[in-house]
Amino acid sequence: MSSVRRGRAQRSNRPGDLKPPVNGMGDGDARREFEERLRVWEFTTLRDALARHPERRETFVTTSSRPVKRLYTPLDLPEDAAARIGVPGEFPYTRGIHPTMYRGRPWTMRMFAGYGSAEDTNERFKYLIAHGETGLSVAFDMPTLYGYDTDDAEAKGEFGTCGVAVSSLQDMETLFDGIDVGAISTSMTINSPAAIIWGMYLGMAESKGVPWSDLRGTIQNDILKEYQAQKEWIFPPEPSMRLVVDTFEFGSRHVPKWNTISISGYHIREAGATAAQELAFTLANGMEYVRWGIDRGLKVDDFAPRLSFFFNAHNDLLEEVAKYRAARRIWAREMRDTFGARSPRSWVLRFHAQTAGVSLTAQQPEMNIVRTTVQALAAVLGGAQSLHTNSYDEAYQVPNEKAVRIALRTQQILAHESGVATTVDPLGGAYMVEALTDELEEEAYAYFDRIAQLGGVIPAIRKGFFQQEIANSAYRYQREIEDRERTIVGVNDFVVDEQPEVEPLRVTEASYRAQLARLRRTRKMRDARRHERALDRLRKACEGDDNTMPLVLEAIKAKATLGELCDVMREAFGVWEEPLLY
Amino acid sequence: MPKKIRVLIAKPGLDGHDRGAKVIARALRDAGMEVIYTGLRQTPEDIVEAAIQEDVDAIGLSCLSGAHMALFLDVVKLLRKRKAGDIVVAGGGIIPEEDVPRLKKAGIKAVFGPGTPLGEIVAFFEKAAKGA
Repeated sequence: MSSVRRGRAQRSNRPGDLKPPVNGMGDGDARREFEERLRVWEFTTLRDALARHPERRETFVTTSSRPVKRLYTPLDLPEDAAARIGVPGEFPYTRGIHPTMYRGRPWTMRMFAGYGSAEDTNERFKYLIAHGETGLSVAFDMPTLYGYDTDDAEAKGEFGTCGVAVSSLQDMETLFDGIDVGAISTSMTINSPAAIIWGMYLGMAESKGVPWSDLRGTIQNDILKEYQAQKEWIFPPEPSMRLVVDTFEFGSRHVPKWNTISISGYHIREAGATAAQELAFTLANGMEYVRWGIDRGLKVDDFAPRLSFFFNAHNDLLEEVAKYRAARRIWAREMRDTFGARSPRSWVLRFHAQTAGVSLTAQQPEMNIVRTTVQALAAVLGGAQSLHTNSYDEAYQVPNEKAVRIALRTQQILAHESGVATTVDPLGGAYMVEALTDELEEEAYAYFDRIAQLGGVIPAIRKGFFQQEIANSAYRYQREIEDRERTIVGVNDFVVDEQPEVEPLRVTEASYRAQLARLRRTRKMRDARRHERALDRLRKACEGDDNTMPLVLEAIKAKATLGELCDVMREAFGVWEEPLLY
Repeated sequence: MPKKIRVLIAKPGLDGHDRGAKVIARALRDAGMEVIYTGLRQTPEDIVEAAIQEDVDAIGLSCLSGAHMALFLDVVKLLRKRKAGDIVVAGGGIIPEEDVPRLKKAGIKAVFGPGTPLGEIVAFFEKAAKGA
């Protein structure tokens, strides 16, 4: 029997879809013959083997506690499997968004980096570029993520500890000093204050003389998952969504190659979600952004091609691969059929992947290199467009240089030595992977229904739905480790008593002082009247309906700082308070 | 019936990583303790005030952003200032090994890194409450 229950998954079969006559199995007679053979196998070969050697455990499950069958066969694929899987570079993109995938060029190796001052991180960027990374990715510190300047009282103790501090255009210029931003793409993990940080990047490019039309990169700008998982929010959902749509609109007109959002499952997964929850919540969020864009009056094909995605690459290789494949198929279908996008560029789900930070162990930390390799392999087999690999010392600190280099080399070995980049979607057609892809797709649709019943994504956030679902999964996972149903090497089995050796990386007091000095200088040297006028105009825009981006840019050029801009917005929009639950 | 152990689980500073704090809160609750979870973005002052108001036996601080040195130490100092130095304080998160001795010397009774068994943390709070 086929394990695939048909539901909405069948929607992909419209006239014009690829529909070859073959399924996983061939014609009906061959299918029946194989069913018979499988039944005989179960009662002979398998039964005898089990009698002699019982299996290790009653049930086997994935990292997400999903039961896994002993054997997957052609019978696990639906009769229209070939059509559902399709061909790479064509709807529904199950096998990848490009017809040649990594044969054309490997994924972008993009290492998330940032600590201390803009000078410290600039040096790290140059180190990574010198060692062969092909894209930049900025990690900001907590005060920056929350829209506070380094010298704000709220920022106490947080300067540069888990990212770089950027409080002004001058910091941004220092961060990219000597780097050709017209040639390399930059991803910036920034959400609530995304419009402002992007404004600083645009201002920096302008002062270097690089036209905006040449800029390539991404702002994360995904506020919905902040309320659900990552928790770096400032304003309530509605004004935050308005700022997001402001960037969609501005980007489609002025910065055409920029991804104005990276709709992120990564943090949802890190906070404890299962693979299915990561998939479902991320795509539900994605569709919510599309609705808001359309409600603003934007044409879907004008902004959808600049939506990008970001997924986790966790331990369970096959489940992860299935997740990426399901994501592409759902997105293509929803964009075409639900939102009426006509351009294939709107249908394709392009994604960045990062290996699972949460899987890194403080015990025997060198083993994290192996975990990261397996996870990165999943991302590559799943067709990622860009990839970050974690460093082995990250259960202790922001990574040191040596650890980062090993992480980057891991990607280079996968790209150039492993052979997996030589053919498109090497796991396509694997019975287990295809069956899991279908299963995950179906689970995602079940979640879409539940979210709709709760009134949509934002009402569900207010009710704490996502937060509770994630917390429940996180607790279950931890209990499984405690109860030793799940083995974590070095943590609850294969334990050694040793003091781990991790070369420390420290943010220096000198960096902090240099940052404070620059901030003071910026405030002192600016034209006070121009600065005040710019902030007033921004305040009026926030209170009205005009796109805020041009006024954000104007204020940045008038040397307003991140904290000052965010204060104006905090005043106009209010701040979010989350429902408390655990 | 013995009085239930009361524990405040708190997230000081700007760090939004609340997975660990929530898992610990739930594990302590399942072990029969009364748990008060502060939610995110608490200042050391907020945390100490809540601990005194709620009359807790112990506080569990969670920080993964690297700001633990400033924030954990402030909590301990403020507790002493408010004459509530008998409240036991433990911390957890992404904490470099070399910081642990300094935190302990300042009065943080235990530091739990990633991978610490829940049972160990539950046992710590049980023992801490008895000693108090």
